[in-house]
Amino acid sequence: MYLITKKEVLNPTVTKMVVQAPFIAKKAQPGQFIILRVQEQGERIPLTIADYDREEGTITIIFQIVGRTTKLLNMLNEGDSILDFVGPLGKPTDIKNKKHVCVVGGGVGCAIAYPVAKGLHEQGAKVTAIAGFRSQDLVILEKEFQQVSDFHLISDDGSTGRKGLVTDVLKELIEAGEKFDEVIAIGPLIMMKFVCMLTKEYNIKTMVSMNPIMIDGTGMCGGCRLKVGDETKFACVDGPDFDGHLVDFDEAISRSRTYADFEAQERERECHLLKEGA
Amino acid sequence: MPNMSLEKVAMPVQDGMVRSQNFEEVTLGYNEAMAKEEAERCLHCINKPCVAGCPVGIDIPTFIEQIKEGDMEGAYHTLKLSSSLPAVCGRVCPQESQCEQKCVRGIKGEAVAIGRLERFAADTHMAKAVEAIKQPVKNGHKVAVIGAGPAGLTCAGDLANAGYEVTIYEALHEAGGVLVYGIPQFRLPKEIVHQEIDNLKKLGVDIETNMVIGRVLTIEELFEMGFEAVFIGTGAGLPNFMKMPGENLKGVYSANEFLTRINLMKAYEEGVDTPIQHAKKAVIVGGGNVAMDAARCAKRLGVEEVSIVYRRSLEELPARKEEVEHAMEEGIKFELLTNPIQVLGDEQGWVKGMECVRMELGEPDASGRRRPIAVEGSNFIMDIDCMIMAIGTSPNPLIRSTTQGLEANQHGCIVADENGLTSLPGVYAGGDAVTGAATVILAMGAGKKAAHAIDAYLMKK
Repeated sequence: MYLITKKEVLNPTVTKMVVQAPFIAKKAQPGQFIILRVQEQGERIPLTIADYDREEGTITIIFQIVGRTTKLLNMLNEGDSILDFVGPLGKPTDIKNKKHVCVVGGGVGCAIAYPVAKGLHEQGAKVTAIAGFRSQDLVILEKEFQQVSDFHLISDDGSTGRKGLVTDVLKELIEAGEKFDEVIAIGPLIMMKFVCMLTKEYNIKTMVSMNPIMIDGTGMCGGCRLKVGDETKFACVDGPDFDGHLVDFDEAISRSRTYADFEAQERERECHLLKEGA
Repeated sequence: MPNMSLEKVAMPVQDGMVRSQNFEEVTLGYNEAMAKEEAERCLHCINKPCVAGCPVGIDIPTFIEQIKEGDMEGAYHTLKLSSSLPAVCGRVCPQESQCEQKCVRGIKGEAVAIGRLERFAADTHMAKAVEAIKQPVKNGHKVAVIGAGPAGLTCAGDLANAGYEVTIYEALHEAGGVLVYGIPQFRLPKEIVHQEIDNLKKLGVDIETNMVIGRVLTIEELFEMGFEAVFIGTGAGLPNFMKMPGENLKGVYSANEFLTRINLMKAYEEGVDTPIQHAKKAVIVGGGNVAMDAARCAKRLGVEEVSIVYRRSLEELPARKEEVEHAMEEGIKFELLTNPIQVLGDEQGWVKGMECVRMELGEPDASGRRRPIAVEGSNFIMDIDCMIMAIGTSPNPLIRSTTQGLEANQHGCIVADENGLTSLPGVYAGGDAVTGAATVILAMGAGKKAAHAIDAYLMKK
């Protein structure tokens, strides 16, 4: 059992939790993830490590409430425990020896983009960050980003920052002559796909953090497989970071919808339970 | 007078059509009268050829004699001297190619049903009130075991009995390895596995789940933590694919994924959060026990038509004969001498068909089996909406890629001598991690040998 030492609501759909997991905290690196299981009948879901404290022995996760399991997780409070919590999984993000990097985050993906931006900043790289959200009330980590980067805030509806898409700003910056050695994009598949399409035109190396369906997260099932170049890769052990220009995003988007019907049903089941409980 | 019947005493089973609708155990086991009657068939040969056929060398004639005399507890203790998991092995060992293959009664008629008797003795013991397990005297030495599958559990049990303080590190949230995620409930009830693991815990073995060694701790760090020897029993859990077009379509699973969702995550049960596809027509590619398990699980999930697609013929099927028969009784179809060449999808990215070629058998290859050759122009398409790849697994590279100096061969199998010693001092390995995918009992045998070797090594140190 893994004790929740802190819980913070970042916005109506995104929650931050600090979890006691000393072995994982000792080893975690930016870009790695954990797999958790909330309760006995629960499924295993992957979440990226948003932060870690080696001395306190804690791991921070930031998650968006999108379905039954994240809803159950969000019902836990400080002092409650998570049944299973395993990691650190996957390969760390390569943040060494970079001069100028553009970090692009979308929605809850910013929870993962931020530690990467911070890590780059601490290594002495110049960091430009572009973070996109649907609207003002969904914004997270704005202040944190400002401290480590030249920060651009975007919203779909213009309720905060600039109205538009992350790719609009990225294109402008490139056109204006910013020289990025690398772009790192973390967010919804569709956003990462469009970032990659754009940077491909300018031939700027782009890394993406893939988030396919996972079960074990240790390379034993291939549920998370995706096409990268001519090869099939397992995101849990070969990634989750890949060269975005080689990833088959259409296939990844299709595979991510394998259980869409089941998930919709589960959401409904959850709503019924909540209604009965009320 | 021994029972000279040429046939084994039949074991009751659930009816084929009934059981294909549930996940309950298929074979129901002997009762005491049946067990005694079958025990009477053993001739108690002086040279005991059956014992040589058992990878852990159980004293078979003695435990059978004890059953005959009604001393079921004695029979269980005889089994336990050599085997850590008799209730498991009595069920899942391929006895026809091990102990029972060597039985003299098999020369004319059927061999003695050693596996069924082993299972009977173990089940009888386990059904009774649990006795207090005697704590072995501790010798003050610590050993780490990586992986809680049959090899690791056996090694840990033997070391604990010898007085060692043993910690098992397991990557998944539950111990048991293939016994919990691979072999389905209807062939091996999980209660039995849990009971065996509880017994190990009572013996003082510490099992740490959710620990992926290689990521969270390296072998080097285990030594720094005070462990004096390490046993690697990480298995061969990396699924192989055929690298053919369309394999990443939705509805294409590795058997490992399909079986893990069903067995470990219980996706077939109401109220469980892990989803599984509810297909109408499924094919399983491959002919081993894993293929049979996946096919029979698919049937129980309600898939209307389940077919095994295998490139050789019925004789070459590597699965246990009993499992093939059970699969056939449950209505699984067999498309033999058939090989898939590509998977076809619809516009939503779901599998809708599989293009296959017919095969014919040519000359025997290096493995001694006749090599299948594609028949030109025999291509045809099978309509399917689910495909499960059960064409084998390889050892997971995580441990060897994070352990400097640990030698592996070109198949990724850890190199170890006959005692399980690897290229690193104090590091032993056994089971599928060394041999590639094999059987539960061979893994147990390897765990046992390594436990002996570790004991000898640490006592000399």
